[in-house]
Amino acid sequence: MSTIIAILVLGILAALFGALLGFASVRFKVQGDPLAEQLDALLPQTQCGQCGYPGCKPYAEAVANGEAINKCAPGGEDTIKKIAELMGVEVQPLDENHEADNSPKVAFIIEEDCIGCTKCIQACPVDAIIGTTKQMHTIITDECTGCDLCVAPCPVDCIEMISVATTTQNWQWDLDSIPVVKID
Amino acid sequence: MESVIERIKRGSFSQFHGGIHPPEQKFLTCSKPIASAQIPEQLIIPIRQHIGQAGNVIVKVGDKVLKGQILSDCDSPMSVPIHAPTSGTITAIKSMAIPHPSGLSEACIILTPDDEDTWKQRHICPDFHLLSKTQILEKIANAGISGMGGAGFPTQVKVSTLTKINYLIINAAECEPYITADDLLLQEHSPTILDGIKILDHLLTPKNILIGIEENKAKAIAALKKATADIDHIDICVIPTKYPSGGEKQLIQILTGQEVPSGVLPSSLGIVMQNVATCFAIADAVINDTPLIKRVVTVSGQALEKPQNIWALIGTPVGFLTSQCGYNNSQNRHLIMGGPMMGFSLPHDQIPVIKTTNCILAPSEIEIASPFSSTSSKEVECIRCGQCADVCPAQLLPQELQWSAKAKDQAQLEKLNLFDCIECGACAYVCPSQIPLVHYYRVAKAEIRQQKLLDIKAEKAKVRFEARKQRLEREKVARVEKHKKAAEARKARMNTGTSAAKSEKSAVADALARVKAKKAQASIKQNTAEISITSTLEMTAESVAPADDSKSQVANAIARAKAKKIVQKNQAQIESLDTLQNNESPSSSQAAPVVIDKKAKLDLAITKKTANENTPQAETISDSANAQVDATTKVVSPEVVNLASVSDEKATQALNKKAKVAAAIAKAKAKAKTKTTASLAAETAFDSSQLSTTSPNIDVMQDSNTAAQVKNVAEAIAKKTPSGPQMVSNIDTADRDQKTKIAAAAEKAKAKELPLKSQQISNSTSSSIKSEQDSMRATQADIAAIKKAHVAAVVAKAKAKKLAASSNKLTTSE
Amino acid sequence: MAFWIASSPHNHQQNETSSLMRLVIYATIPGIFAQWYFFGWGNLIHIFLAVAAAIIAEFTVLSLRNKKIKPQLFDGSAILTAVLLGISLPALAPWWISVIGSVFAIALVKQLYGGLGHNPFNPAMAAYVMLLISFPLQMTQWQPPLSLLAMDIQLTDTLAVIFSGYTPQGYSVEQIRTHIDGFTMATPLDTLKTNMTLGLTVVESMQAPTIGKHFGLGWEWINAGFLLGGLFLLSKKAIPWSTPVSFLLSLFVCSFIAFMISPDSNASTMFHWFTGATMLGAFFILTDPVSGATSVKGRLIFGALAGLLVFLIRKFGGYPDAVAFAVLLCNMAAPLIDQYTRPRTYGHDLGVKK
Repeated sequence: MSTIIAILVLGILAALFGALLGFASVRFKVQGDPLAEQLDALLPQTQCGQCGYPGCKPYAEAVANGEAINKCAPGGEDTIKKIAELMGVEVQPLDENHEADNSPKVAFIIEEDCIGCTKCIQACPVDAIIGTTKQMHTIITDECTGCDLCVAPCPVDCIEMISVATTTQNWQWDLDSIPVVKID
Repeated sequence: MESVIERIKRGSFSQFHGGIHPPEQKFLTCSKPIASAQIPEQLIIPIRQHIGQAGNVIVKVGDKVLKGQILSDCDSPMSVPIHAPTSGTITAIKSMAIPHPSGLSEACIILTPDDEDTWKQRHICPDFHLLSKTQILEKIANAGISGMGGAGFPTQVKVSTLTKINYLIINAAECEPYITADDLLLQEHSPTILDGIKILDHLLTPKNILIGIEENKAKAIAALKKATADIDHIDICVIPTKYPSGGEKQLIQILTGQEVPSGVLPSSLGIVMQNVATCFAIADAVINDTPLIKRVVTVSGQALEKPQNIWALIGTPVGFLTSQCGYNNSQNRHLIMGGPMMGFSLPHDQIPVIKTTNCILAPSEIEIASPFSSTSSKEVECIRCGQCADVCPAQLLPQELQWSAKAKDQAQLEKLNLFDCIECGACAYVCPSQIPLVHYYRVAKAEIRQQKLLDIKAEKAKVRFEARKQRLEREKVARVEKHKKAAEARKARMNTGTSAAKSEKSAVADALARVKAKKAQASIKQNTAEISITSTLEMTAESVAPADDSKSQVANAIARAKAKKIVQKNQAQIESLDTLQNNESPSSSQAAPVVIDKKAKLDLAITKKTANENTPQAETISDSANAQVDATTKVVSPEVVNLASVSDEKATQALNKKAKVAAAIAKAKAKAKTKTTASLAAETAFDSSQLSTTSPNIDVMQDSNTAAQVKNVAEAIAKKTPSGPQMVSNIDTADRDQKTKIAAAAEKAKAKELPLKSQQISNSTSSSIKSEQDSMRATQADIAAIKKAHVAAVVAKAKAKKLAASSNKLTTSE
Repeated sequence: MAFWIASSPHNHQQNETSSLMRLVIYATIPGIFAQWYFFGWGNLIHIFLAVAAAIIAEFTVLSLRNKKIKPQLFDGSAILTAVLLGISLPALAPWWISVIGSVFAIALVKQLYGGLGHNPFNPAMAAYVMLLISFPLQMTQWQPPLSLLAMDIQLTDTLAVIFSGYTPQGYSVEQIRTHIDGFTMATPLDTLKTNMTLGLTVVESMQAPTIGKHFGLGWEWINAGFLLGGLFLLSKKAIPWSTPVSFLLSLFVCSFIAFMISPDSNASTMFHWFTGATMLGAFFILTDPVSGATSVKGRLIFGALAGLLVFLIRKFGGYPDAVAFAVLLCNMAAPLIDQYTRPRTYGHDLGVKK
């Protein structure tokens, strides 16, 4: 008798908890992949594809699924650190295939050389190049992420990546970098 | 409850948290009169001297300007004009080091004075009550007045506030050590300052006017008391001396007991604060019509023989002022603009005085041996003594901020209200570990601002990237949809059974086959075999088959232009190959007239070209074709030019037209100097003797023109190989191909009207496709009707109009 | 010749951590003098030993950590730690007690946590607690005041006891500590605690010779000496007023309440103030900025908590004096106290927006 009661009680409990779990899984279902979303928020959104993925979101999803965390060249060490923190893994040095230089840059079209082929326009992941067939193209500097993707397709090599100049607006109080003016 | 005014009258003030008592050192300058302004050899006037945007320069290099003449105008309220401090010549407008901690350069106007000091025409207005408020505001704005206490906030913005003002506070506290500029100004010019206060009173109509002045300025207090004796709603508040009581928020707290909420302007509390120097400038501007072109600067420090206050013209280099005060050329020079607490080091002494410069400090080494120099830092570890927190007027926790700043923990920094730090330097002043706290905060602030900008940018980039992805997706769907529709339409037409339809059918099917062939590049070998079979079939089946081939050639070109975008479909391709074979015979029966028609079409195109450009060179089809070949050849390998030109003289004549194409191709080619080019060149050289075999190469060229896939040239050649036999078999094939191109060129020339940019690619994707499709239409029309010339004319005339309709057909042919 | 670039502010109060530390060391002099006067040379010898050991330990660790040795070695913090440790040790404890304690304080408690400014615990007190737990025998061999000793102890005797355990005459520490009447003497707090367990009342316990006329023979003067030093530091603003004031007040209030409830089983407030390490703790240990709370409010809580703990441990705990334990417990609580006593920043949380 007591065995039957025990089985019954346990069975009821199991059913109860099962129902609870089932309910929870439906009720609190998480839409999308929150980890990928969070990772995406950490990435610099240059959409440069240097990681081997077509944009930051795909890379974020890949990292969420176990891809190496050290492939984001524009983000550099800082981004790797943040991702490592989020993922709870060791910080890794930046992938050797990428250049470590992640100083801010923008693309610049040497306008007299531009032949109006529109190839850079097609390459730009954020539509930051304006121009049309046979017309000179130009970069919308504010929208340019400095991803470098427009440089390779240009048939006449008229796109350069130029570093963003330091102005009084974005100067970061680096007193050591003040040019020493020699007098006398 | 006692009102604020009653409390103030009783002489009791609220206190702000913390504060320090650094050695005042005001005795150096406070009892000497203000020295009059001298004109230096050169004035450097930065265009932006305030918070906000720079104005637009309205003078040119070489212009003669009069004293007080406006040099830059402004279109936004946050920009402030600048004026010529004396008469002279504008000698340059260039980037010069500006008074900024970074020592960076910004645009400055260089004015070489003529020492005549000639004023512009002024309109003195002794009674400002005659002016309307708007007029006064305009005068203030035009005089280029921005806050002279340090921040440089445009004054007209501050005084044109719409909120009800309870207190107008005149800041005469001048809490920084050494500085006595306001003190002296009050001593010598309190009536004028009072005029300024009256103007502000008139503009803002505050309930009370409070003048906050530290108790260590006895003479100035006396002068002020004398000047304001008969005005009852002005209260002179003599506050205890404590740094930084002259800070806007601190002074407000001392006088009114209120705290300005974080992130809002004092005007939201009904408080407006103005510096005494600003009041003086306002009075000068409104009454004397004198723009802000000079200010009192305290030049102090024990490295000077005679420290004093000086009236300095805006733009005077600092070195001129220090030499006026007898600067001892000590070995380790250190010039500070501003006071010792909040001023910044100057990188050299050619930095100009600007509207916010109130002090130039030239301390001796014993006097101020700053422990915070980047080279001689004596910084040791923080021992959490908490003295910094005790003196912080913003009640922050400097030591915790410092740790977070070192750890670059931006979230924590913001949580600790880093942005409420006023950078007064009290914490660093008392720090026994000599940690340059303020410097850490500044760096952290700059980094956080930068990070925020980057975040915004990243967000924007993300949105744009997503938008682009969606757009591409949309376009893809639309294209698929369009293809489907076109296929249905074609099917319907095929069923009509007319000869035209049949020919079209065959052309379309052929084109389809080519497209598919292209699509199936992965299985190119297989395709090659199949297509070869097809061509052999063609050749053997009909003698006139080439006409059909030429059509397929056109279609092929179009297909190539488009093919890249489409996904592989091998099976469909094989199917259509079958269709192609089936359609071969019926279409070939009508091929002969097509050839004739094509010639007519070409003639027309040439005529058009000639009409447009008055170049009678391109007379015959073959000549043009040769020319094209020649041009191509020339580009690819110059040595072939001779060969080509020998073969046809007229071709060389046509070169000037073709040169453009050639140049463009050259540009494109130059980039990818691959072996492909080399092999192509060799092939072209070899083939140029044989007109019939040039078409593959021309195709290649066209391919590179239209799609500019230079890297794919080899691939393209490989792909073309199967169709080679077709063209070898008939000269018309080549003709047809070149016709198309010439038509394209002609149209391009027409479209451009002027052969301006000969460097650019003349055969653009769209135009060539359009012309090809036009000629195809012409072909088809001819098959149906007999009046070739007429049709050709129609085609030529209505090119633009027909674009829509023909694009439909184009899609069909795809 | 170039111009000199520096970050503002350009002037500075010109006080340094080392001068602060020096000041605190000077302020211990009155207390040490009283200690010497009543208890002889023992503590002076221990202070000397501890300082020497501390400097050697600091030097070794700093050179191992590749730090700048000179500025950090002489910033006074290690010396101060050693002095405080030396003061708090029993006068006749063997020499290795002060050496081990000193090395432990500097190498483990301070440097292993990152050096000056990073140690979560007060090094001197952590070392004291470690010694008390590890060497309970040596650490409870308190020497009674000289006036109560059966024999005269000179410098040489003290030295001999500390280094060999016996005076040149062959007396052991135990023998020295024995009263003429034949019972071993202890500190006043110890005596009180023992007597309590024996069922004696406070008034009866106060008759013990070690307690003397007031609150403890000699001890009251030592505490007075440290109070004097502390007041000197307060006047120099070298230490904040909040911690000692709140600590002493808290101890006063706690002991007063207890005394009111049961005067027989609780010592008077003044007894608590002037025996043991109360004044040393109030002005020299709790005010250690590194391991204490930082804001004024935080310090008040910190001091009050320490006072309460001292009272509780003295009353209910196993050890007679409680300052070291109370300090360590408060050190643990300090970050939390800081967390919850952040001052309201200017312009924030003004309540209803006007």
